[in-house]
Amino acid sequence: MQLITTMLLDGLSYASYLFIVSVGLTIIFGVMKILNVAHGAFYAWGAYGAAYTIGLASDNDWPDWIGFLLIFGSAILVGLVLGAIIERVILRKMYHEEEVLIVLATFGIFLILEDIILLVFGVNPYFAYQPMALLGSIKMGGIIRDVYSLTLFGLAILVALGCWYGLNKTKWGKLLSVVIYDREISLAMGINVQMVYLVTFVLGATLGALGGAYIAPTISVAPGFGIDVIVLSFAVVVIGGMGSIPGALIGALMVGILRAIAVHKFPEFELFVIFGVMAVVLMIRPEGLFAPEKARRI
Amino acid sequence: MRSRVFKMLGRTMLAGGALAVAAAAGPAIAKDTINVGIATFLSGPAAGPFGVPGRNGAELVIDAINAGTLPAPYAKAGFAGAKMNAIFVDEAGGNAKQVGEYRNLVEKRGVDAVLGYISSGTCMAVTPVAEELKKLTILSVCGTPRVFEEAQRTYVFRTQAHAVGDSIAAAHYVLDKFKDMKSYTGINQNYAWGQDSYKFFDVAMKKMAPETKASDNPQFPKIFAGQYGTEISTLSLDSAKLVHTSFWGGDIEAFVLQALVRGFFNDKQVISSVGGSAVDSLGKKFPDGVVMGTRGEYGLLVRDNKEPLNAWFVEEYKKRYDAYPLGPSYQYANSVLALKIAMDAAAEKAGGFPNQEQTMAALKGLSWQSFGGKISLSLADGHQAVHPVGYGITKWDKEKGAATAVDVKFYQPECIYAPAGQNSVEWLEAGMPGAKC
Repeated sequence: MQLITTMLLDGLSYASYLFIVSVGLTIIFGVMKILNVAHGAFYAWGAYGAAYTIGLASDNDWPDWIGFLLIFGSAILVGLVLGAIIERVILRKMYHEEEVLIVLATFGIFLILEDIILLVFGVNPYFAYQPMALLGSIKMGGIIRDVYSLTLFGLAILVALGCWYGLNKTKWGKLLSVVIYDREISLAMGINVQMVYLVTFVLGATLGALGGAYIAPTISVAPGFGIDVIVLSFAVVVIGGMGSIPGALIGALMVGILRAIAVHKFPEFELFVIFGVMAVVLMIRPEGLFAPEKARRI
Repeated sequence: MRSRVFKMLGRTMLAGGALAVAAAAGPAIAKDTINVGIATFLSGPAAGPFGVPGRNGAELVIDAINAGTLPAPYAKAGFAGAKMNAIFVDEAGGNAKQVGEYRNLVEKRGVDAVLGYISSGTCMAVTPVAEELKKLTILSVCGTPRVFEEAQRTYVFRTQAHAVGDSIAAAHYVLDKFKDMKSYTGINQNYAWGQDSYKFFDVAMKKMAPETKASDNPQFPKIFAGQYGTEISTLSLDSAKLVHTSFWGGDIEAFVLQALVRGFFNDKQVISSVGGSAVDSLGKKFPDGVVMGTRGEYGLLVRDNKEPLNAWFVEEYKKRYDAYPLGPSYQYANSVLALKIAMDAAAEKAGGFPNQEQTMAALKGLSWQSFGGKISLSLADGHQAVHPVGYGITKWDKEKGAATAVDVKFYQPECIYAPAGQNSVEWLEAGMPGAKC
């Protein structure tokens, strides 16, 4: 029983992490049909922003709880600034191009943003452990767990509920759904598609940055760590169906739980699990588990 | 008339040929400057803990040698009198890129030698190219024993001992200091370095203490995974008290941060073979009581060692970079120093500026006092270094405001390396016959 509880908690914790880091990617793809490789850079910039400001706050003896404000502040700032600049200056000029060219452009943006990190922050790691240390630990299922990682569940649920509410219960959500369904008809109906794209990209960038900023207290924020996140997020999004938020949630849960079982019982399969699940899903349902239905064009 | 011309041409060609033979055998034309390519990670996750400290160590010593300010017995300026112009290249980007960079250094930039390399994968990739291009290459950090045990090398040397000794020394330290340790497990990155490090440690423990029990669930997370919550849970549930890790850089830092808040270090004894950079980067946040190795008489383990070369290195490094030198700083500095010693000795023997063959002959089997103790190129027909490897226990010194190591113990080469001519892994698996500890 102890082992099952531990595996479940570990799985949920990792699934929350996967969902938070991949939801921004799936939102951008769902609306704009852009596979945004620069997502890894938003994640990295969010983490650097949080780590840098939390370090600064700590040096100035500010209370540790300020760290939580800085996490969300950094994510919003990174999303607003980087997201808006990239969408307005680069992507807007490329929407008429083939999808593969836009993917290459986002890859180029990723490389540039990674190099700017090196230029601004150098090669040495940054730490922002204060929020994690502040929340301490708790004994659950017979072993000690850090409370901060448990708050990831809460954040994942909040993000999922926020996305659901925003898409289904607000005017903006309905506009998004229309644009997702048919961009040309939306334009013809007078919807400001450019604004929808800008808001979507900024939202996706902010969620990517939030993933990095929230994870920052648990890791060493160092150059190059945004790369793996692209691969992980991409796998989760493909499993769930490109562009589907419930799909990302289910994909993250599947991978998280299966990975926890692998680590506890078959550690040699840990590396294989995420891609194994992806391969099986793609064989059975190539468009992913929850891919939105596509209208057939005549 | 025509035959006279042919005779003159013939004599000229003969004389030219004779000169060419003489030039090949004798000293090279004296140089004011030698160009040396130095490969190290300048970007990516390995830059902070390895690449940049390595570059700093090389840079510091090159400048001191060029200026003639190194302590005795290396105070004579230059490399056989020439100044070194270092061309640093980034080791990041994978093996194919590194082979291209190596060829570029040798064929286009015409370097006199190549130094460096941190990743075992890169060392394995560039070594055959160095042999093909016949260019003197000194490997500085990489640990795989395969570089010299899979083939005889002529142009490649390594001034750092290989990884088998690191793991054997770790097993010795555990058995010396934690006599009641009955079982062990590990968390190591899932690639050659992590897999090999744990395998060597596991075999050494089984041979030296067959009564200890190895966990059937050691962890091998993906390199740079960053999230180790599940692995920490698994290790916490494991009855093994000792946890071996060869994590480095951001991975050891993330693991420590996540494990620390869960009280992991209160229950488990962790032994880390190469996590020294985290001790400095995390400062007082790094837990006391972790067994830490530095792959030689380097870094954390020798900060208070007053041996003149070490004291000079630590002081000058701190002065210039506002940080303590780490293992890679020593490893790169030692490669540069080995080249200087070999070139100076070869110049003295040749009576002039040495050519590559003369430098290699002087380097082969060289034994020298380095910044981190004595190093001897005594394996692989004089191409592979051995030196003592030590471990100590981390302790934060409140008065100094710096990390220190206590209970430091070094294990001599004859205790932890296979004798010359023997395969390290086979020797280890045979129970290390002839080891003198």
